Formats: sequence, C-alpha cells, structure tokens
Amino acid sequence: MSDLVQIENLVKYFDIGPDQRVHAVDDISLTIGEREIVGLVGESGSGKSTLGKAVVGLHDKTSGTVKYRGELLPQKYTPHDFQTHATRMQMIFQDPYSSLNPRMTVGEIIGEGLKLHSGLDTAKVREQVGDWLERVGLEADHMSRYPHEFSGGQRQRIGIARALILEPEFVVCDEPISALDVSVQAQVVNLLDELKQTMGLTLLFIAHDLSMVRYVSDRMAVMYLGSLVEIGPADEVFFRPKHPYTQILVGSNPEADPKRERSRPSTAIQGEIPSPVNVPPGCRFANRCPEVMPTCHSETPTLITLKDVTAGKSPRQVACHLFNSDTLN
Amino acid sequence: MADPVLSVKNLAVEFDTYGGTVQAVRGVDFDVERGKTLAIVGESGCGKSVTVQSIMGLTPMPPGRITSGSAMMGDIDIIGRKTINGEDIRGSQIGMIFQDPMTSLNPTMNIGSQIAETLIVHRGYSSKQAFARAIELLDMSKIPEAAKRAKQYPFEFSGGMLQRAMIAMAIACEPPILIADEPTTALDVTIQAQILDLLMELQRNNGMSIILITHDLGVVARMAEHVLVMYAGQIVEHGPVDEIFYRSGHPYTMGLRAAMPTNDPNAEQRLTPIDGSPPDLFHPPVGCGYFARCPHAMRICAEQPPQAHQLSAAHAAKCWLHHEANTQQVAQINLRDHAGEEPS
Repeated sequence: MSDLVQIENLVKYFDIGPDQRVHAVDDISLTIGEREIVGLVGESGSGKSTLGKAVVGLHDKTSGTVKYRGELLPQKYTPHDFQTHATRMQMIFQDPYSSLNPRMTVGEIIGEGLKLHSGLDTAKVREQVGDWLERVGLEADHMSRYPHEFSGGQRQRIGIARALILEPEFVVCDEPISALDVSVQAQVVNLLDELKQTMGLTLLFIAHDLSMVRYVSDRMAVMYLGSLVEIGPADEVFFRPKHPYTQILVGSNPEADPKRERSRPSTAIQGEIPSPVNVPPGCRFANRCPEVMPTCHSETPTLITLKDVTAGKSPRQVACHLFNSDTLN
Repeated sequence: MADPVLSVKNLAVEFDTYGGTVQAVRGVDFDVERGKTLAIVGESGCGKSVTVQSIMGLTPMPPGRITSGSAMMGDIDIIGRKTINGEDIRGSQIGMIFQDPMTSLNPTMNIGSQIAETLIVHRGYSSKQAFARAIELLDMSKIPEAAKRAKQYPFEFSGGMLQRAMIAMAIACEPPILIADEPTTALDVTIQAQILDLLMELQRNNGMSIILITHDLGVVARMAEHVLVMYAGQIVEHGPVDEIFYRSGHPYTMGLRAAMPTNDPNAEQRLTPIDGSPPDLFHPPVGCGYFARCPHAMRICAEQPPQAHQLSAAHAAKCWLHHEANTQQVAQINLRDHAGEEPS
C-alpha cells in the first residue's frame, strides 16, 4: 500500500485573545495509505474535526505539512487551490441539517461542484446528478426538491453524493453517522463501504462511536486534547488498547450485551477533558491518568512504535511513558 | 407484576398539525416496578418521548390531545392532574432530566438557586435551608467543590456537569420515579459512563424507579431490567432485558440488533440496515406498523393489527409470526436472523 496522505507535525492554533490560543491540533503526524480507512476517535474538543478540516484545507495550518502523493499542499488555501484540489479531496460533514443550503434544490447542491470543475453542460450535469442520487439510494427526480423535504438519513446521502460526484480519491468523513438513527447508520456505513470498493476511496473517518469505527476502519487513531495518543490496526486498538486513555475510552463504550455489561466493572474516568487553552507541560492526560508517574508531569511523551514479532501488520504506536521501543506489542 | 409504582394503560396521544392529525402514541401499556429501571427504546419519532411527556403533563395541549388511557400511581390516575394529595406530581412524584442540559436550565440563575427553587416550592424550605440542601445534592451528584459550584451559572459548567446539576435538581424532592429522556445522548462516552454510574448509585441508595428513554442499545444493556421497544407509536415488544437481547421476539428488535456492529473480534458479519423508513403517522397503517420494512411480512400483517403474544411470563411481542399457525417458522427465523448471542 503506497501512501496517499502524509501529515507531518501538523499544528493548528486558534488565537482567542492576547497571549491566549486554543491548541486544537498540536504536532500530529499521520500517514494514510491508498484505499485505507483510518478511523479517528476522541472526545469532543480533542481536535478531530479541526485535524480533518486542516487536512483538506478548510483551516489554514499554523505549522507542519500535509503531502498528497508526495506533493506538498499549501499552508493556506487560495480559491485557486481549492479549485485544484477539490476534485481529489472532499469532505462529508456531520450535520445533515446545517450543511445543505436550504435555498438550493438538491440538484443544484450536488451538481454545483461538477459544474465548476468539469465544464460539462447543464444537461450532462443533471444526468450525472441523477445517476448519483440513484447510487446513494435516492431517486433521480428528487433533484428538483429542497433539503427540507428529506429526512436526516436522506440528507446525509445528499451530502455523500455532493462529496463523491467529483470522484475524489480521498474523503474526510466528519461524524457522518452521529446524527442518524441506528437503522439508518447501517445504511450509510454500508453505502460508504460499497463506494470504497467500487471507487477505491481512501477515507479519514471521524466518529465517537468506537464500535462503529472499529467496524468501518482498517486502522484506528485516538486523539486526546490535540495530540495523537495511540494508533494501530483497528481491532488491536479496540480489543487490546495500550494507552491508559484508550483503555478508558474503550472501557466506557457500552456494549449491546446485557450479561457482559452487568459483569463489566465501572471504568468511569474521573474529571473531564481540560481546556486546550493553557495546555500543561508533560503528558496531556497526566491529570486524569490512573497510572500517572512523576515524569508524566514534566516530559511530553512522543509516539513510539512498539516492537512487533508478527511481520506484515501496520505497526502500533503509543505516546505514553509506560512504553518504550522495546515494549512488545 | 406486584405493586407497580406507575401503571400506564392504553395511552393514546394525538397532535393537530397543518398537515392533519398525527397519532403519535397509539395505545401503550406498561408498568414501572419499584426500584427498577425500565428502558424505552426506538427510533426518533416513534413516540417514546411523547409517551412520558403526556404522563408528566408536559405535552402542549393544544395541539396535543390525550385521547385515551390512564396512568395510575397507587389508586390515582395522574393523567390531566397536577397534584396528588396536595403535592405536585412534577418534581415531588416524578423527577425528569432531559437530553440537552444546556437548554433545560435557566441561564440567568445560578445553579444552586435553581435547585433550591424546587425545594422552596415543593417542600416549603426557607431559601437558606434550600440552598444548603442544594449544595448537598450537588455533592451527591459528584460535583467537586459543590459549595463554590452552586454559586456559578450554567455557562460556567461543562455538558457533563450540567447533566449532574439536572440530576441533583430532579432528585431534590426524592421522587419515587425519575424519567431520564436521552440523558447521555449529547455527552462523550467517558462522561456517559460517569452519568450512568451516578444514576445507578442514586438508585441503589434511594430506591427510585428510573424510566430511561434512549436509542442506544448499549446504554439499555448496562442500565435496564425491563425493556419496551416502541415502533410507530406502539410497544411492539416488551420483556426482561436478557430476553429482549438474546431471545428477541419481534422482527424490529432483531433488525435493530443486526444494524449495530457487535464487539466480537471473530464476527465479520456485514451490518444489515433496516430498509425504508417508519410509516406516516398521519395515516397509520391498518395492520402492523412495521409491515413495510419487515423481512418476514405476510399478507395478514398488512390487513390486521397483530395482538400481543406472550413469549414468557413477562415477555410479549406484537407480531403475527407468534400466532399458533406460525410457530415452526418462528423457530427458523430465530436461528437465521438472530444477531444477539447469549454468552455461555
């Protein structure tokens, strides 16, 4: 698998006042292979969406680089850059209610990108919009309707059609299923999976539902307060989490299985995610960590790759002082 | 069921809208056992919130209308009543917490005074006594530095802390029933775990019954003793939590289970979505509400509403598959479609 997207030391701060800045994304490096689905999980405020938006250029980068097939993407996108990159990279947004313009018909919403980028005439655009509506499970004659005429699941499909009509290679899905009912979540996840097979999509799948992320992703990355704490094959991270934070996150995820739930001890973590404005030195999880050591408060742990005896798998990386490069995975 | 704390019979609620009359709740029966947790699950729009809101008298009328039914607490029907023996039902008899604590609290009052208000109104405390008790309640709800926090305003609290404050307010008068309407839907899983633990601890300590409304089957598995599955304004299946999960009796319950990923490393099954969408409740179907989406639908399902079939002492499902004429077929369906496996 060759690398499609290489994120290196990406930083995104938001200035919110004199000498005050939100450390939304702080020094993140992550490589996404071609046709790979990387799941990104973490609590709200951990910087998942900011990372996704910075990768596709919807946020300027404070520092660090994003490379696409080895080509350096701009630090700050100009309208021209969006024009160039929109056909390769797209985004599906979380809220199917606020991300569709209520004054545009569905046909205009889905077709706008194609009209701008392909130079096709109106009839051809309409034809393709109709095709895509059918591909995502709607009907071609829905294109003359307005977003308010659709349910949440249908709107999410419209958002998917809008993102995919340009046939991008890489799509950032920002919580595409969080707002949907269980029965509809499965429809959308299966649709994405099917399109991945047929179009060879690469996805960065942002979500907070861990069971769903494990189901969808090849690899899972865990974020806490702007930094990556663990990354590895989805099943390994989910079933054998290493970082104390990942352990708590996985342990808090209730399973639809009453007998297991009753026997599961409470893993409720104390406290809440601290403010990303004044980030303390050392490990960001130190003040909530059940296994905290003195070094955690002074030295910032970096992602280290665990030793793995089974070759051929993608490696597991953990940012925690409990582990070093000799630790066996 | 012996001595339920609340017994709801044949509740039906309608809403008048410009598009016509929506039959949001269409004949719902259930009992709430003392000191136990009853979960109501179902998709958005299935009527789970309307059910509890009309019991509480929170349904706006008009446009809402309770067309039939009763909700007995002891010998008294609380539908349409505000008080029992001079005590307010809301607050004193039934406490309630909502999905969105941000909009459920008054932004212009400090947290402690909002909790104290409940005690002043329902229990006749002096404002000083009430504020002191509010601090104790915040402390019981695991809010650190409760005395300081009580003087703060909602905007100074995080989502998880606000939900704790809501819980403190709801239990202030020690109501025998607490209704929790999607209490953790807006919260992160780690905070959700804290809130669920808190609710279970409070239930152990003061023996209240909880009616938990949720669409998250994981939360149901952790919290509930008894489960109601609602679809299109009706209860399609109800029973003890284990029977609902491991021996589901209604195709909709099975469908919900199959649409969720299981956390089993060896299971690589594809998710099975429930195709289509719930029926239009302006004109509810004559037969079974799930007919149009049901993989096992038969002709009779479209024509006649199914009766509840008792599957065990406390477990029943409204589905024609359980009619005597069909019992063999049901055994096969269960083998083939059952997403839930009971761990040995």
